[in-house]
Amino acid sequence: MAHAFFGGVHPNDMKAATNEKAIEQLAAPAQVVIPMSMHFGAPCTPLVAAGDYVKVGQKIGEFRGLGAPIHASVSGTVKAVEPRPYSMGGKMMSVVIDNDFRNELSEEVKAPADPDALTPEEMVEIVKQAGIVGMGGATFPTHAKISSGIGKVDTVIINGAECEPYITGDHRAMLERPEQIIGGCCYLARMFGVAKVIIGVEENKKNGIESMQKVIDEQKAPVVIEPLHCRYPQGGEKQLCQAITGKQVPPGGLPSHIGCAVFNINTTMAIYRAITTGMPVVNKVVTVSGSGVVEPKNLECPIGTPVSLLFDACGGLKDETFKLVAGGPMMGMAQASADFPVAKGTGAVLAFAGDENKTVEHPTCIRCGRCVEACPMHLEPLYLYMYQQKGMIDEMNAANIMDCMECGACSYICPGRLHLTHAFKAGKQMVKDAAAKAKAAAESAKAAEEAKKEAK
Amino acid sequence: MINDYKGLKLIASSNPHIRNNEDTRSLMLDVIIALMPALAMSVYVFGVTTLISAVVSVAGAVFFEWLYRKLLKKPQTIGDLSAALTGLLLSMVCPPTLPYWMLLVGDFFAIFVVKQLYGGIGKNFLNPALAGRAALVACYASQMTSWAAPRTVDAVTAATPLAMMKAGEFEALTAQYSLSDMFIGLIGGSAGEVSAMMLLIGGLYLIFRRVISWHTPVAYIGTVAVLTFLFPQGNDALTYMLYNVFGGGLMLGAFFMATDYVTSPVTKEGQLIYGLGCGLLTVFIRYFGSYPEGVCYSILIMNCLVWIIDKYTKPTRFGVDKKKEGAAK
Repeated sequence: MAHAFFGGVHPNDMKAATNEKAIEQLAAPAQVVIPMSMHFGAPCTPLVAAGDYVKVGQKIGEFRGLGAPIHASVSGTVKAVEPRPYSMGGKMMSVVIDNDFRNELSEEVKAPADPDALTPEEMVEIVKQAGIVGMGGATFPTHAKISSGIGKVDTVIINGAECEPYITGDHRAMLERPEQIIGGCCYLARMFGVAKVIIGVEENKKNGIESMQKVIDEQKAPVVIEPLHCRYPQGGEKQLCQAITGKQVPPGGLPSHIGCAVFNINTTMAIYRAITTGMPVVNKVVTVSGSGVVEPKNLECPIGTPVSLLFDACGGLKDETFKLVAGGPMMGMAQASADFPVAKGTGAVLAFAGDENKTVEHPTCIRCGRCVEACPMHLEPLYLYMYQQKGMIDEMNAANIMDCMECGACSYICPGRLHLTHAFKAGKQMVKDAAAKAKAAAESAKAAEEAKKEAK
Repeated sequence: MINDYKGLKLIASSNPHIRNNEDTRSLMLDVIIALMPALAMSVYVFGVTTLISAVVSVAGAVFFEWLYRKLLKKPQTIGDLSAALTGLLLSMVCPPTLPYWMLLVGDFFAIFVVKQLYGGIGKNFLNPALAGRAALVACYASQMTSWAAPRTVDAVTAATPLAMMKAGEFEALTAQYSLSDMFIGLIGGSAGEVSAMMLLIGGLYLIFRRVISWHTPVAYIGTVAVLTFLFPQGNDALTYMLYNVFGGGLMLGAFFMATDYVTSPVTKEGQLIYGLGCGLLTVFIRYFGSYPEGVCYSILIMNCLVWIIDKYTKPTRFGVDKKKEGAAK
């Protein structure tokens, strides 16, 4: 059994609603809305205009700097290129495509003649062109992670923890598509030049472990499965590295600093599909669940599918629904309306209609210390909260607020119902703003001094 | 059922979107439940008067909290049950014969002065119930130190086991009360303190329910046990140690007072140090002080040191090697 990571909480995993339901294909949507930002980094530039005909897999958005390209997920006519609501809040430039239901494949999608003969550089290029990003929700461009890690990374870890409650897409993939996961692992092993790849899986997915182990044994694949304790946030990148290697990523650092690289199950499968078939990221498996959903399901749909269609396929929503979340209940983002499309990082869409929203009128800290115990980054949330409420920026900095990864464990466990995570998001912004302000002040002071010198 | 999602009224709050069921009220309720066996034993030993004391004290504490919040137009907090718990604890650390009105004076001091003047729950630095008791000892010294004998119809005063030990009468003590009397609670003392057994059951319930962690009580009771075993009165160190552990307010103090969230350290490491400090002070007061019992004052003294314990027991930052960091400095 793997090491323990610091802290953590143990919410009811709520996975029984969907973990025995096979992934269903959603009926093709009449229209998709593909936002130009589905990755960490600057948004893509649209390559198409209204009236253009596009085919499945055709590149419709090109990235600059850090990012990943975006492809059409259906064939049809571009209806508009305009800002539309998306899951990260507000509006984003999006390509709206009217589906012609012909599912025509773009000529750009070509399977390599011999995938096994590819060099690591060629494979990274395929990953880049396929628009693959961290599909666990962080959406960091995968090609950038691989190319910056080659040579530094000796431990390649596949994140099959799926520690967020409700979400079961990875679990279903382990059961239904294990050969894609293991295949992706093999390509990653070749890209990094490592002898084995480790898949970390929480032990509430025993049948998933068995299913993958069978494929590993059949293929004699260089893959090892490491069962993990069920504890949130086991699937946090730093926590997973700690659980598997016992090493800690230094503050402000990346897993590559301790020789690790972490990839999500979905990302691994996307790598396999891209290298074997040339197919870019155009589909996504989404768990539609929560107390507000009439019949929870795991649905596979084209990227850009409006989530209202997912709810329709699940029998609609209950009348009492008061919250919609894109992503898991611990780290996902609450939505202002049901008018947003499925993006590359949307692993779940949840609707709540029960007593999930346990807010009180006057949240009060009773110093119970549960937040300190729960914090996987070894922070003291109760003191950070106090500093944030009083706007004490230096104290927040000294208490390492920037280490906070906003996992929500402290808020989850708080019996006083404090909005800790919310306060730390605001606090981090305050620290960043203060630093920017100090920098600008220093620069203008310097400029003034130089001007003074010149005047002499 | 909705199939048109335009009319949804949605809340867009920050993550996380789910919360643990446990809240302040449920935690306080668990502590109150855990005190029930000890209260029942106290009624058995001293009669129904201790139950009336408990009810009066709870009502008083809740009333004073309500009154303060009402007078200052602050949001009401009596629903969190922390005031009720303070009232219950205060009645349990006072002699069973204490007049009810004196309990109300203690409630007033605990709630008005110690808790609310500092800003209410979470802000006070002293344990309200113990501070209330300390105030009563200062105001009504003789009533606060006259102890009813156990299982008597009339209020006959009797020396408590700790007072006998203080007087150097350990042999007389073992003759008067057997070890099982000490454990079960058939002895003189404060209303809720006498039954080590019932308090232990309550304490284990709290640990089992994860309302409290074991760190403070184990460090506290362990320190007292080790010191009294090493420096006994008489030849039988083990018996002396057990009389010290079961006697007085140690069990109530270690499981129910020193574990008070508001007035104890927030880290496990800090809680061990805090428990150790409480244990040392308790033994020092019992051995060298002029009071026979030191639990109340040791916890109050350690309450004052919580901020500095918190300061020096911060968790090591993730990703930083503690040893290397020290060497770099």
